[in-house]
Amino acid sequence: MTAGGECVSSSEIRVALPHHLRTLAKIEGAEVRLEVAAPVTVQRILDALELRYPMLAGTIREHGTGKRRAYMRIFACEEDWSHEPMDAALPEAVAAGREPLLILGAIAGGWESQ
Amino acid sequence: MSSVRVLVGTRKGAFILNSDGKRNDWTVSGPFFAGWEIYHLKGSTVDPNRLYASQSSSWSGQVVQRSDDGGVTWNPVGNKFAYAGVPGTHQWYDGTPHPWEFKRVWHMEPSLTDADTVYAGVEDAALFKSSDGGATWEELKGLREHGTGPHWQPGAGGLCLHTVILDPSNAKRMYIAISAAGAFRTDDGGETWKPINKGLVSKYIPDPMAEVGHCVHHVAMNPSRPDVLFMQKHWDVMRSDNAGDSWHEVSGNLPTDFGFVIDVHAHEPETVFVVPIKSDAEHFVPEGKLRVFRSKTGGNEWEALEKGLPQKDCYVNVLRDAMAVDSLEKCGVYFGTSGGQVYASADAGDNWAPIVRDLPGVLSVEVQTLK
Repeated sequence: MTAGGECVSSSEIRVALPHHLRTLAKIEGAEVRLEVAAPVTVQRILDALELRYPMLAGTIREHGTGKRRAYMRIFACEEDWSHEPMDAALPEAVAAGREPLLILGAIAGGWESQ
Repeated sequence: MSSVRVLVGTRKGAFILNSDGKRNDWTVSGPFFAGWEIYHLKGSTVDPNRLYASQSSSWSGQVVQRSDDGGVTWNPVGNKFAYAGVPGTHQWYDGTPHPWEFKRVWHMEPSLTDADTVYAGVEDAALFKSSDGGATWEELKGLREHGTGPHWQPGAGGLCLHTVILDPSNAKRMYIAISAAGAFRTDDGGETWKPINKGLVSKYIPDPMAEVGHCVHHVAMNPSRPDVLFMQKHWDVMRSDNAGDSWHEVSGNLPTDFGFVIDVHAHEPETVFVVPIKSDAEHFVPEGKLRVFRSKTGGNEWEALEKGLPQKDCYVNVLRDAMAVDSLEKCGVYFGTSGGQVYASADAGDNWAPIVRDLPGVLSVEVQTLK
């Protein structure tokens, strides 16, 4: 229930993070479980993730613009959601916690000359 | 008894090397932040257990780590580096305007008087300051907004602010260097800045004696003589005796005056160390020999130091932040290579030995002399 009396359902969703971000946030296990209010979107999931793990702010989406970092990829139910709007509703299987939202580092990027 | 802690940033993590004051036997701990690029880590002189580390990757961006126990444990602190106001443009490689975009922190410089205050030199070039132990960062915008900013152009490694030197005799004075804009000095604590590039000559830019545009690779100072600066420019080793107001070349008899790293002896301010690199096209030591060159005359007359260093089939590079000196009675000198070796000399360069030899490519080396 919100302060205005509106009913908002929430569910426990699952997020799988890449190794380096699990290490950075000192997360044990392969997945994080988060309470996210409906409609479940990438933006809401990242908001909840960064609230619990503030050190992840800026590592998946950029500070300031909020854009997905170029070499981070997002998958839901075996579909690439990287280029979908951040506020698009995710598949029901992710929203219900039956499938995890996968956040991956692209097989690209990497070394730059110092 | 004194001891020494060497902080090593590499392409795939950080390492900490410890020894007693004899500097014969070393322990290696790490990797810390395994898999991440650690451009630089440095300890506070006010509280030697306070360390700051710049951790980054092309995938996940910038993270800043802080340790309060000498590097045993670490915690991420603030990583929001927002340019002040509308950042505008600098020049791109082709001379077209390009918006300022934050990419990473190249250098962390803790304050000489307050362990919670630390400066960060970043790419695209700007200087940030934290007064709360790294939790929040504020740009010292007077540098980037210096009138020449739109004319700054990146070097091969990016438009990076890689050198920050604090004047121990004057809390308001600070030096920075940017590839490829040049060196700058503030005399008012970072509010305003002036280019200090008079005397630099760079044949690869349209006006070889321009006010800005020089690819300064590194600058070093002995704290006992803060007005005397030594510079390794893209090509040329330079010296200033007036806090950067003017420079003159001291490359002298070096086999090549291209290089990245330069440092000054802890107790002998006229003793300078460089590692010449073959050329800007071939970033490795000349003739397959890893040699540190030392001048005891403040430049011009250089001697090769090779005892204990590989003198055959060696093709490594030594990057700009990868040399440091300790302040023990017999000054120790340390440097790391692109091949993952860290070499140390406990006698100011006369004799060398690897203290670790198979790390990922070394990006930075700093030393703490602990009492």
